[in-house]
Amino acid sequence: MDAQVTLTVDGTRHQLPVDTRTTLLDLMRERLGNTSPKKGCDHGQCGACTVLLDGQRQLPCLALAVAHDGAEIVTADGLAPAGELHPVQQAFLDADAFQCGYCTPGQVCSAVGVIEEAGRGWPSHATADVTAELSPEQALTHDEVAERMSGNLCRCAAYVNIVPAVQQAAGVQA
Amino acid sequence: MKPFAYARPADVAEAVRDVAAEPNAVFLAGGTNLVDHLKLGVARPDLVVDVRTLTSADVSDLPDGGLRLGAASTNSEVAADRRVRERYPVLAQALLAGATGQLRNTATTGGNPLQRTRCVYFADVTTPCNKREPGSGCSAVGGYTRYHAVLGTTAALPDPTAPETCIATHPSDMAVALAALDAQVQVLGPAGERTIPFTELHRLPGDDPSRDTVLEHGELITAIDLPPLPAGTRSAYRKVRDRASYAYALVSVAAVLPPGGDVRIALGSVAHRPWRATRAEELLRGAELTDHSVRAAMDAELAGAQPQPGLGGGNGFKIPLVNRTVVATLRALTSEASA
Amino acid sequence: MTDLLTPRAIGQSLVRRDGVDKVRGTATYAFETDVEHPAYCHPVQATIALGRVTAMDTAAAEALDGVLAVLTPFNAERLASTEDAEYAVLQSTEVAFRGQLIGLVVAETSELAREVADGITVTYAEQPHDSELRTDHPGLYAPEQVNAGHPTDTAEGDVDAAMAAAEVTVDHTYETQMLHNNPIEPHATTALWEDGSLTLWDSTQGVHPDRAAVCEVFGLDEERVRVVCPYVGGGFGSKGNPHANVMLVTMAARALPGRPVKLALTRQQMFFLTGYRTPTIQRMQLGADRRGRLSAIAIDVVEQTSKIKEFAEQTGVPARMMYASPNRRTTHRLAPLDVPIPSWMRAPGECPGMFGPEVAMDELAEALGMDPVQLRIANEPDVDPDTGKPWSSRHLVECLREGAQRFGWDSRGPGRRREGDWLVGHGMASSVYPTMRQATSTASIRFSGGRYVAEIGAADLGTGAWTVLPQIAADALGVDVADVDVAIGDTRYPTASVAGGSSGTNTWGSAIVQAAREFRGKYGTDPQDGDEASGDVDQAAMDDAHAAYAFGAQFAEARVNADTGEIRVPRLIGVFAAGRIINPRTARSQLIGGMTMGLSMALHEDSVFDTRIGQVANHDLADYHITVNADVGEIEAHWLDEHDPYVNVMGAKGIGEIGITGTAAAVVNAVHHATGVRVRSLPVTLDKVLAGLD
Repeated sequence: MDAQVTLTVDGTRHQLPVDTRTTLLDLMRERLGNTSPKKGCDHGQCGACTVLLDGQRQLPCLALAVAHDGAEIVTADGLAPAGELHPVQQAFLDADAFQCGYCTPGQVCSAVGVIEEAGRGWPSHATADVTAELSPEQALTHDEVAERMSGNLCRCAAYVNIVPAVQQAAGVQA
Repeated sequence: MKPFAYARPADVAEAVRDVAAEPNAVFLAGGTNLVDHLKLGVARPDLVVDVRTLTSADVSDLPDGGLRLGAASTNSEVAADRRVRERYPVLAQALLAGATGQLRNTATTGGNPLQRTRCVYFADVTTPCNKREPGSGCSAVGGYTRYHAVLGTTAALPDPTAPETCIATHPSDMAVALAALDAQVQVLGPAGERTIPFTELHRLPGDDPSRDTVLEHGELITAIDLPPLPAGTRSAYRKVRDRASYAYALVSVAAVLPPGGDVRIALGSVAHRPWRATRAEELLRGAELTDHSVRAAMDAELAGAQPQPGLGGGNGFKIPLVNRTVVATLRALTSEASA
Repeated sequence: MTDLLTPRAIGQSLVRRDGVDKVRGTATYAFETDVEHPAYCHPVQATIALGRVTAMDTAAAEALDGVLAVLTPFNAERLASTEDAEYAVLQSTEVAFRGQLIGLVVAETSELAREVADGITVTYAEQPHDSELRTDHPGLYAPEQVNAGHPTDTAEGDVDAAMAAAEVTVDHTYETQMLHNNPIEPHATTALWEDGSLTLWDSTQGVHPDRAAVCEVFGLDEERVRVVCPYVGGGFGSKGNPHANVMLVTMAARALPGRPVKLALTRQQMFFLTGYRTPTIQRMQLGADRRGRLSAIAIDVVEQTSKIKEFAEQTGVPARMMYASPNRRTTHRLAPLDVPIPSWMRAPGECPGMFGPEVAMDELAEALGMDPVQLRIANEPDVDPDTGKPWSSRHLVECLREGAQRFGWDSRGPGRRREGDWLVGHGMASSVYPTMRQATSTASIRFSGGRYVAEIGAADLGTGAWTVLPQIAADALGVDVADVDVAIGDTRYPTASVAGGSSGTNTWGSAIVQAAREFRGKYGTDPQDGDEASGDVDQAAMDDAHAAYAFGAQFAEARVNADTGEIRVPRLIGVFAAGRIINPRTARSQLIGGMTMGLSMALHEDSVFDTRIGQVANHDLADYHITVNADVGEIEAHWLDEHDPYVNVMGAKGIGEIGITGTAAAVVNAVHHATGVRVRSLPVTLDKVLAGLD
C-alpha cells in the first residue's frame, strides 16, 4: 500500500510515493541514494543509522516514512555541505575516532545531538544529581559523553577516541 | 513485513473509532517498539493508526500539585523537565536509565509503558510463544531465562506446553517508577474516558499471557498523571545490568520515601508487570529503615519467588540480587535524607 | 637478516586517507554500490536443526507482482563444485543446522522480498539433532590438524609424572564462550551477471580469495569475475572467507542476467550464517617448584565444529610456546555437532588460548604467594619451547615491566580494597600473536602524471591499509608519501592475500617494497610516465630460522559493586612489542580496539546456545551485548621501540589481533583480586560473583 510523502533530506526536498512499510532508513538508502546513514541492525540496537530528524538525533530504522511526512532530515553528509567538515567531523578525523567507518556517520550525528542536548542542560544516566542544574561543561565530562554516546555501537571500538573528539568539538576541556 | 493500511486521523476521538472498528488495528506513536515488531513479524496489523501528533506533548501542572504527562511527550523531554527532575527524580532517573538518547528522543510517555516483553522467544517467530501466538507453548521455560520472571509466575516449574505458561518480564524502566509513584493513567476508549491506577495497568499472565495490560482494544493512553508528593520526599531508581548502558535491567528498583512516611518500592524485570513490593512495604511501615529491616522485609516479599532454571544457570541469582539492590537503594536514600 | 627500510614516512602518525569520506558517510560499502535499478534479495532459512525439506510452497509467491525469482533447492542451478558444504547452497534438501539457507526471494523492493520470503511455507522431515558441546561427547575426535596448519597434539616429557612430583600444582577447567564477530556492517553484496561475466561488490577481507571461492563453486574463469571492495565495515575474521550468502547472491544474479541484485544479511541472520568462535573447554595443568619454575604445562581442549564443515580452533597453540617447561602436552578434540559453521574470529587460537593458561598462571602465583608478573618472568624461555628455534625478537619481560610501571602494579596489595560501594582489584596477563606472512601477493607500481601509484588487491577493514601502504611505498621508493597513491580492494589490481592473521601489512607491504625495488632497478630515479613494475612477496627475503611473535602485557583494574556484583573495568593498560610501528595513529586504534574487544569478551559477549532447538537464543544486538562507550574508561596501548631484522623488510609484526589476547584473563584475574571469587568461565558476570560477596 502506497502513500505520498514529502521530505527534506540534507536540504533537498523529495516528494514521492512510498510503501507504508518503508522506513526512513530504507527510503534514504534504497530510494533517495543517500547511504550516509548506515544499516547495522535495523532494530534500534546499534545506532549506525542515527540522523538528525526534525532537529533531534533519532533512528530512521524505526521510523515509518509515511508517518514522517514533511520531516526535515540531516545526515552526516548533510552536516558537511559543500565539503566543509562540521566541527564534530573534523574532531573525529583529528582523534582517529573510527576505524572501519561504518558506524561513523551515526556517531557523528549522535555527537551533534549530544552537544545540543548538553547545551540545553539535559541530564543523563551519568548525571549524579538529576535535580540540579547542569552546565554544558558538566554535561560533557568523560563519563557523561561516554554515557550519552552509548547508543552508538562501535565494533572496532574507537570509544577511547570518540569521547575526546566529542569534547573537542564541543569546546570543552577533556 | 505484511502490508498494512496507514491512517492519520484528525483527532484522538477519530483515532479511537478507527482502531475500535478494525479488530486488527494498532496505534502508532513513537514506533520504536512497534516498527521493530512489524519487521520481525511479531506484530501483523492490517491497519496502523498514527496518533503521534494527536495527543498532547506537554508536561503540565495539575491543580492538585501533581503533573500531567501528555501521551506524546517524549521520554527525553519528560526526563529533562525541571519539575519532573526536582519532584520526581525517580522518574527522571528511570527514563534516563532506559534505552539510548536517540530512542528517548522518539519514544513517548504513552508508548513506553506499553512496550512488550524482550523475551528472545517472543521476538523470534520461529519458536513457540504463548504471548505472541496463544496456545503455542512457552519456549522460555528451560531456555534462556536470564531476563525472565521470578515473581508472579504460574507455578514453580511451569509446563512449557500449557497455554497459560509465560515467564516473560515487562522491560520498561519508566513503568517501574510510575508504579512506585502511584501514577494514574488517563485513557480514552470507545466507551469514553476512564482513569486506571498505574499499578493496575499491567497484568500478570494469568490464563492469557497474550494480554500485557487491562486496556481494551481501541483504548488509548492520552496522559499519565503524577500525584503530588509531600515536600521533602526522596526517590531514586536503581537499575542493575550487565552492560553499563543500553541494556535491559536484570533487576531494577524504584523507591519513594516521603519524609517520616512509608516507603514505596517497585521492582522491575522480575515479573510480567512492574512489581509493587506491597508485602515489604507493609512490613516496613513505621519501621526504621536499616539494611537488616529492609533485607528481612524483602525476604518476606520474595518468599514465593520461583527461580527459573535455564541455559547458563537460569535466573535464580535475581532473588538475592533484587533483595540486595533494594537494600542498597534504600540505604542510599536514607543516608541522603539524613545528610 | 634483512636490511630494514630506512623509516621516513614509516613511523609518521598520518591521518587516514579515507577519513573524510568516512566521517561524511560517503565512503561506499558493498550494499550501497550505485547500480541501475537494483533488485533486492531476502533469504529463507531452515527452522529445524536437522532433517530434510520435503516441500516449499512458492506458487503464490512466484505469482506476486514484483517478485522476480524464488530460488529453492528444488529449482536452483546445479553448482560446479559442492565440495565445500558451506558453499553448496540450495544443492540438496538436507538441513544440517538451524538457520541454514534453503531459499531466496528476489523482488523489486526490499519490503516485498522480505514479506514474500517470510511467507513461504516450508515442510520438513525433522530428525533429532545434537547441538550440545560436552567433554564426554561420544563423537569427540582429533582433527588431522588445527587451524593455520598446526599439529593437533604435541607432547614432550611426561606431564603426569611432573604433576605428581611438583611442589605446587594447578589443575582446573576453564571455559570460553561462543562469540560472534558482529562487524557493524552486515555481510552484504551487490551482484551483477552480465554477458557471462560476474561483478561482485562484496564486503570481504580479500577480493582475490573471495573471487577464487566463487569461481570454484560456479565453475567460472577468474577473468570473467571481478570482486570490488574499497571499504569493509569491519570483519574481524568473519569476512575472511566468503560465507554462503555470497554464493546465494551470485546465484540470484545468474538467475536475472543484466539485473543488479542486492543482498544484505539481517543482523539476526548473521548469527547463523557468518561464522563464530567456538566455545572452548580447556583443562589446564601447571606444575611448579616453590620458586615458581614450571615443570609441567598441559592444556587439553574440547571444542565444537559443524558436522558438515570442519573448523578446528587452535586454542592449545599458545601454551606450546609461551613459557618454558620441560614437560608439555597440548591436545585438541572436536565434538561434531548439528550447529552453524564456526570460523575465524579475531585471533583464532590465541584469543581463547590465552584465557585458560593466563588465569591458571594467576592461580599458580596465588598458590605460590608470588607476584604474577614475577612468575611469568621466572618462566621466560631462551628459545621457542615448541620448535627449539631462537626468537626473532622476544620482549615479553620488557612489556611486563613497563606495563607494571605504567599501571602502578606495585601498589597492588595482597587482598581486597574497598572504595565506597566498590571492591577494587588489579589483574594482569600476557599477550601473544604469531608474526605471519602469506605466500601470495603481488603489487605493481606505476609512474603516472608525476605520481607513483601502488596497486594491490588489498583490503582496508578499518585497519588503515589505505594510509599505511603509501607510507611503505614511499619509503621503498624514497619519495614523499604525498606523492604516492594506492589502489586497493579490486581484483583488477594484482593478487593480494586475505586480511587475516595480522599478516596484511607484512605481506602486502613486502610485495610493495619488492615492486618498488623492481621499479627503481628498471627505471632508476627518473621514470617516464607509464613506467610500471611489479613485485611478489615470494621474492622477498624469508626467514625460517627464527620463531617470530609479537608479545605484550595487559593490566586491568576491575571494580565490583559490593551490593550488586556489577563489574566495571575503568582502566586497562597494554604494552606491546610488535616490531616497527608503521603508523602510530592507526596502530594505537587497532591495539585499543583489540583490547576493548577483549574487555567485551571478558564482561559482555555471550552467544547463549539453545541446545533444545539448535540456535543462539540471543541472536541480535539487544541481547548479544558488545561493549558500549560507557563501559570503557581509560584504555592505553603503548609499545616498545622494537627492531626485528628477521620478520620482513619493514621490521613490522602484526598488530590487528594481539590486543584481544590475554585481556579477558587480565580482567578475570582483577575480579578475583577484588572479590576473592575465581571465575573460570567467560563472561564474568555479576551472577558468578554475587554468592562470594558479603
